[in-house]
Amino acid sequence: MKAKLVITPKKAVLDPQGKTVANALEHMGYAGVTGVRVGKYIEIDLAPGTSATEAHKALNEAALRFLSNPVIEDYRLEIVE
Amino acid sequence: MTTASVMRFAILQFPASNCDQDCVHALRVLGSQAKLVWHKDTSLGEVDAVIVPGGFSYGDALRCGAIARFSPVMQAVSRFADNGGLVLGICNGFQILCEAGLLPGALIRNRDLRFHCEQVFLKTANFETPFTSEVRRDGVPIRIPIAHGEGCYFADAPTLDRLQAQRQILWQYCDASGAVTEAANPNGSVLNIAGIANERFNVAGLMPHPDRAVEGILGTEDGRGILNSMILALESRRASAVAVA
Repeated sequence: MKAKLVITPKKAVLDPQGKTVANALEHMGYAGVTGVRVGKYIEIDLAPGTSATEAHKALNEAALRFLSNPVIEDYRLEIVE
Repeated sequence: MTTASVMRFAILQFPASNCDQDCVHALRVLGSQAKLVWHKDTSLGEVDAVIVPGGFSYGDALRCGAIARFSPVMQAVSRFADNGGLVLGICNGFQILCEAGLLPGALIRNRDLRFHCEQVFLKTANFETPFTSEVRRDGVPIRIPIAHGEGCYFADAPTLDRLQAQRQILWQYCDASGAVTEAANPNGSVLNIAGIANERFNVAGLMPHPDRAVEGILGTEDGRGILNSMILALESRRASAVAVA
């Protein structure tokens, strides 16, 4: 059982890395790219038999308090078997 | 009498702090006492002020300052700040105080993705604080070094409005003439913000290093004004406490 957390910079926050990657894609000839945001992916192993609901609740709290910074980042949390 | 008037600073020390000794040295040069307090300590001991120094606490894992803010010593710093104690965060220390919620906003990657290690000019935007009262007021900007890769200050629009309305912006990057321009902004910070204070003006943070600017041999002594402001504020607090007693 795993938790997957995808963290991305908020829309209003500058993302110079994303911009640089977007420019590179354009130079490489990948047409049609209109924007890139570079974020983080965190994978958390959970003990077998953990309640998905409980894990979601606890990790949601951890994501808000610690794993992401709500001032600058958004996140998406997913619990998978 | 002499020892009673010497101010005692706690300098926090995290794994990978690297400006802790600079802070100790700078404060001793200015006639204050400074002691290091380990990140696992749960108490600051008898001190008058706290400095959260620069460095790369916990290797900047996850985000700059994200791990340090949950260290035992930071719980003590939060209590100290809640009680009105003076706290200054420098560079990584500023990042830690923002992560801890003791200061609003956050510090993100420099706009050009480069680490900047250079002297910058700072305009002091509010002189009526315990961190700025002794900074030169003749309109000449102070010159202080920066050394950071994640010093781009960000806060949302309502927070910026509040910072401006309450004069919590203490320092802004400017050019040699004191003009706050886009070209003088080394990292992309909103409103050229280099340092801010909280609403009570007892907690402040800045990316530039006053601790590296107290001796002429290092090129600038302009950091003295900032640290001396804290020392003077502490002295007048102690004097009024004695008067009350």
